[in-house]
Amino acid sequence: MIPELGYFSLTLAMVLSVLLCIFPLWGAHTGNLRLMRAAPSLAIGQFAFVALSFAALIYASLTDDFTVSYVAYHSSSTLPWYYKITSTWGGHEGAILLWLLMQAGWTALVAVRTKALPWILRARVLGVLGFLGVGFMIYTLLLSSPFERLLPYFPVEGRDLNPLLQDPGMIIHPPLLYMGYVGLSVAFAFAIAALLTGKLDNTWAKWSRPWTMTAWGFLTLGITIGSWWAYAELGWGGWWFWDPVENASLMPWLVATALIHSLSVTEKRGVFKSWTVLLAIAAFSLSLLGTFIVRSGIIVSVHAFATDPNRGLFILGFLAVVVGGGLALYGLRVSQVKSEGRYKFVSREVALWLNNIFLVVATLIVLLGTLLPLVHKEMGLGSISIGEPFFNKMFAILLVPFAILMGIGPFLRWKQNKWAFLQNKIVVGALASIVITCAWLFSSYEVVTPLTLLATTLGVWVFIATFIDLYSKAAVHGSLKLGIKRLGLSYWAMVLGHVGLAFVIAGITLTSAYSVERDVSMKPGDVAQLNQYQYRFEGVKEIRGANYGGHAGVVTVLKGNDTVTRLYAEKRRYDIGMQFMTEAAIDAGFTRDLYLALGEQLSEGAWSLRIYHKPFVRWMWIGGILISLAGFVILFDKRYRAAPRKDEIERAL
Amino acid sequence: MNPRRKKRLLVIIAVLFGIGGSIGLVLYALQENINLFYTPSELIDGKGPNKEKPHIGQKLRIGGMVVPGTVQRNEQSLKVSFDLIDTGPLVTVRYQGILPDLFREGQGIVAQGILIEPNVIEAFEVLAKHDEEYMPAEVAEAVKGIKHEKPKYNLDSGS
Repeated sequence: MIPELGYFSLTLAMVLSVLLCIFPLWGAHTGNLRLMRAAPSLAIGQFAFVALSFAALIYASLTDDFTVSYVAYHSSSTLPWYYKITSTWGGHEGAILLWLLMQAGWTALVAVRTKALPWILRARVLGVLGFLGVGFMIYTLLLSSPFERLLPYFPVEGRDLNPLLQDPGMIIHPPLLYMGYVGLSVAFAFAIAALLTGKLDNTWAKWSRPWTMTAWGFLTLGITIGSWWAYAELGWGGWWFWDPVENASLMPWLVATALIHSLSVTEKRGVFKSWTVLLAIAAFSLSLLGTFIVRSGIIVSVHAFATDPNRGLFILGFLAVVVGGGLALYGLRVSQVKSEGRYKFVSREVALWLNNIFLVVATLIVLLGTLLPLVHKEMGLGSISIGEPFFNKMFAILLVPFAILMGIGPFLRWKQNKWAFLQNKIVVGALASIVITCAWLFSSYEVVTPLTLLATTLGVWVFIATFIDLYSKAAVHGSLKLGIKRLGLSYWAMVLGHVGLAFVIAGITLTSAYSVERDVSMKPGDVAQLNQYQYRFEGVKEIRGANYGGHAGVVTVLKGNDTVTRLYAEKRRYDIGMQFMTEAAIDAGFTRDLYLALGEQLSEGAWSLRIYHKPFVRWMWIGGILISLAGFVILFDKRYRAAPRKDEIERAL
Repeated sequence: MNPRRKKRLLVIIAVLFGIGGSIGLVLYALQENINLFYTPSELIDGKGPNKEKPHIGQKLRIGGMVVPGTVQRNEQSLKVSFDLIDTGPLVTVRYQGILPDLFREGQGIVAQGILIEPNVIEAFEVLAKHDEEYMPAEVAEAVKGIKHEKPKYNLDSGS
């Protein structure tokens, strides 16, 4: 009964979203305020019914209702309760329902938090969001309902959640990522609404900015957690594979990063307007493209869900409507947009313009590398893969000018600069970062390749340059304490974002350059040496979990005579699917991770073990979290919370 | 030319150079990093209408089913070798290291490596997908001659 209610509730939500699409857009077109006023309640109603539907699925999963096909194939009675909840987004249909919940949630949030906006804009934003909601609900109801029953013959036991997904990282990774993906639809809706209104100015940018920043923050966090999950769970010590699905999340992230920078220029200076709109359309289109790639299964990937050509076709059609419609509208209206400000070459505008160029080029490279194998295959040229070295090389090349620019950018003022003011900061910053990096690397490592030195210097440079800028901006107010208080939150967002990326750069560089691994075969009592640590294999013991059994390899890690830690690297066998899973044991540290994975039993008592020493690997995720905070601090900025001034409203209409 | 136009011209030239340079670089890097996919029979008999065979030393990907009974391990050094098959000839894959959790005899795998003899590959990566029903799409296509085989609904299992 409950699952049917879930389906019914989703149907009601669909009706509301159709109304949400039509009423406000038509009302805005004809100037009918009553129609426009209906939008917020429709949006909230839509959210309530989608939430009810989602709750129904969770209920079915928690109560082990295996008559529901989705539950039967993604859960089991022995699964711990928290994984029963997360199993609702462990498969295709449930993941789409989660997407829908997020979409409706964002829409409701927009309805509640935009009371200050003029009705005509508010109605159009909500109308566009309603349209997107309709698309996804049709998809869910017709092609991917999670409420289908297996009656009258249903299994007595479910097939269990994929063991890979039984991990804390998996509890939060998809919701965060989807918050980001779907949040970009708000930026998209604002852009389309502004195009429909025909007024693209800095007030539009100001209203859209906090939404875009928040969505981007979630996307950043989602990608970061995903990378950490891959590291901890796949047992290979890898954290990024340039897998099509990872690329699918990286592309919208890169464009959204360009977008938040471009939005700041549009807001503060009134230039780059049409470009900003284009980026907003592109960011959401790429997140749809990502969904298409994952859901249609056209690209083989470790993430691929069971695939269905109909589903792929629907998403492709929807993508065509969204991208095509967005671009057509853009083409019609863009000629009316005029830039207001003027600026010289050495200015913050140009620095941010270059930032956008680099980010867009990076996106195109990922797009090329992701889609080329597909095109190649469809053209009958045979099946190919594009290796990690391609992406690594391209990103390494792009990073050099990008990171240099990233240090200098904040120094620059709007409009124009005198070179003499910059010179000191740049020279001091560059010298300091070279000296510090050399001292750091040459004292810690015997071999330092020029590339490692260069890349680490770039990370240090971004870090130092950001703090030089922070100091110089705070110091102008006389006392440093006072100066720091006066800096705006969007400035702090910049500091967090840039320092975060500095950590990411340094972390990736050092862990790529200095990670070592050994595959060894060990008997109890054997000691393997890796860097300054000794690993003593104590033997293997049996383990038993709620829905799995297996072995744990016990290893004592020693450094000289001191015991560092004891690690339990598990090899689990899940009862229902009979799948083997390596559960790596990790001793995490600020400057290094010790990572241990148990292989297979070789001969009597001997086991194969893989030992990794990964320096600074954690810096990547620390950096990622810092970057995502940049997206969230702006929510506390009073500037974006205050009601818009009257002249702003007049200009927007 | 007035200064503003001159500035614009300079910007446009710089952008064109940038685009040209990056396209060149991308193509160069691509050329080095495209790995063709072969099945064992394509590797032995040649691939495509011209029956092109890979040359020794080429980096490539191979996908096939692990022939039961051919997995040989060296207990001391973690070296392992096994044969792959699709529809005809066998190809031997050598690998050093720990095989993925789902590597099993009779299952489809994809290996990435370098061709060291006409029928021997030294692999640096062996992939088996985390799904018990899995057969790599490329292998399925080669073995069964089918494209995009629509899975039965009830095989839908996780990402």
